[in-house]
Amino acid sequence: MNKKKRIKFTSLTSKILITSLVLIVLVFPFLGFSSYIVRIAVMVMVYCMLALGLNILTGCTGQVSLGNAGFYAIGAYCAGILATKFNAGFMVCLIVAMIVTALSGLIIGIPTLRLKGSYLSIVTLGFGEIVRLIILNWESLTNGPLGVRNIPKPSFFGLTLTLNNGGMYFQAVILLSLIALVCYLVMNSKYGRTFNAIKEDELAANMMGINCAFYKTLAFVLSATISGIAGCFYAYVITYIEPNMFNFDTSIMILSIVILGGMGSIRGMLLGSLILVSFPEVFRFLNEYRFVIYGISLVVLMRYRPQGILGGRSSKPYPLPKALRERVDSLNSDVGTYE
Amino acid sequence: MFAQQIFNGLSIGMAYALVAVGYSLVFGILRLINFSHGSVYAFGAMMTLFFVSTRIGIIPAIIVSALLSGVVAALINKWTLEPLRLKNSSKIASLITTIGVSNVIQNMLIIVFGSQREAFPAFMDFGSVTIGNSLVIKSSQIVVFVVGLILLLVLTIIVNKTKFGLSMKAVQQNMRAASLMGIENNRVITITFFLGGVTAAIGGALLGGYYQIAYPMMGAMLGLKAFAASVLGGIGVLYGSVIGGLIVGVIESLAATYLGGTYRDLVAFLILIIVLIIRPNGIFGKKTTEKV
Repeated sequence: MNKKKRIKFTSLTSKILITSLVLIVLVFPFLGFSSYIVRIAVMVMVYCMLALGLNILTGCTGQVSLGNAGFYAIGAYCAGILATKFNAGFMVCLIVAMIVTALSGLIIGIPTLRLKGSYLSIVTLGFGEIVRLIILNWESLTNGPLGVRNIPKPSFFGLTLTLNNGGMYFQAVILLSLIALVCYLVMNSKYGRTFNAIKEDELAANMMGINCAFYKTLAFVLSATISGIAGCFYAYVITYIEPNMFNFDTSIMILSIVILGGMGSIRGMLLGSLILVSFPEVFRFLNEYRFVIYGISLVVLMRYRPQGILGGRSSKPYPLPKALRERVDSLNSDVGTYE
Repeated sequence: MFAQQIFNGLSIGMAYALVAVGYSLVFGILRLINFSHGSVYAFGAMMTLFFVSTRIGIIPAIIVSALLSGVVAALINKWTLEPLRLKNSSKIASLITTIGVSNVIQNMLIIVFGSQREAFPAFMDFGSVTIGNSLVIKSSQIVVFVVGLILLLVLTIIVNKTKFGLSMKAVQQNMRAASLMGIENNRVITITFFLGGVTAAIGGALLGGYYQIAYPMMGAMLGLKAFAASVLGGIGVLYGSVIGGLIVGVIESLAATYLGGTYRDLVAFLILIIVLIIRPNGIFGKKTTEKV
């Protein structure tokens, strides 16, 4: 009895929490913050998208990618080049960026046929660097180290979305919610469970008849596509992109968010990006010391809470389909009567 | 021209090999990509610069800074990684820890020395030899190559001929069995980190003297490249990372002349990925079988 009450109580508080969070998110741009604060909020959401992308790969499938900045860069450059050279609209850029990053995810997924564990991480590390260096060197297309300038703001039905009128903010909210929804659906589907099986024990998953290479490649493609969306949107937010925005440190930042938030948890990604993106801005007065503190806090966190802030095993029972659950229950009761 | 580039590449590659060995030793034992290694290399170079400014002479400066870097590397293991091993944490926790440590070291270096590039004394320049028409061999290239070779030989002897090397191999193969045989795992791992730190710092001093420049962020790109070199040769195999370092060095300087300087860094990673797809364990890496 007592226990039931407590569960009800917590579900009520979580409902209140979620509702107030949604309200805050919706009201936020009208509170009169400067465009600097709104920009940070948008960047939090961009990194949250990136983290959700990596979460599919690292959190669910257990493949540590050190090169997701590569997908991010490809997405951003697709948008930047299409928008400046061909005057393409946001949706066109988004779709092309998704297709191109999905293809690049497929390419980087091919080594998974032969590699696993640390070696796969090394390939992704190499991939991230190669993408950055190709962008740096392919001057006719990407303008090399000078970067792509003057990317126009997206507009819908004649309304130009900027940071100041809050349009960009709501665009980020919509994109992020869609991505989070897709992640939620994938993680709770057959595919999500297969990803988990590969993460827990690849050999055992193989023995159960799972085509590990296929699912790992699929995870790469999904992760790449989501990162590409984030990159495309980022190009529009920042209006100027250059290759060094997408270096190894960016990959590490994304990975840190995933680890900090807690692998496999969608809420954790939001919390992780909120902390890690706003940290350098809030502690600006510390100058160089903030990166020292950032490093120390990573070390301390890994020592005392390696599963991340919101990580850990879910307390929910395993979600069997209803018919199957009934059969298992009846089987269990049969066994009970035999004994 | 071609021979010249090969020679340039060999001497730079030897310095890469010195850094790569550290990655290889640690990965061999812990199966961990030690991202703090690049910053230890930068620490070594900056410390050498600092001790040179105190006028104790270049050779003592290198020795002191190498020992100091070794101690730093050992402390990284002792203070941050050992507690994680005691708790049986996941590998990714250790990985993130080394990234955090590298952040701390790099930014402390920036705070102390400033982020600008500083001139490194050209302590290895005694002139150059010209062979044939155009092949110019600078004394610094010979010094880097010879010092690197000697250090790597010493390291090979330590790993293959001494009791410590034997215990290292034991820990590599099976930590539990090794500790049951009376080997102190944590001591072996700490000494391994120390050796890696020493070689990385000497590599830093040599490359600093070769390019006559040193700065706190110098470890970032070089760390990745040296790591690529050690994987290329087969990580965990000592002579593999030497060969890997030489290959990366030679290919880099060839790419710099024939494709242009900006392609230098790209080729190393491209070769790495191609080699890994063809031989997943590197060129000399041993194939491991998985037991259930």
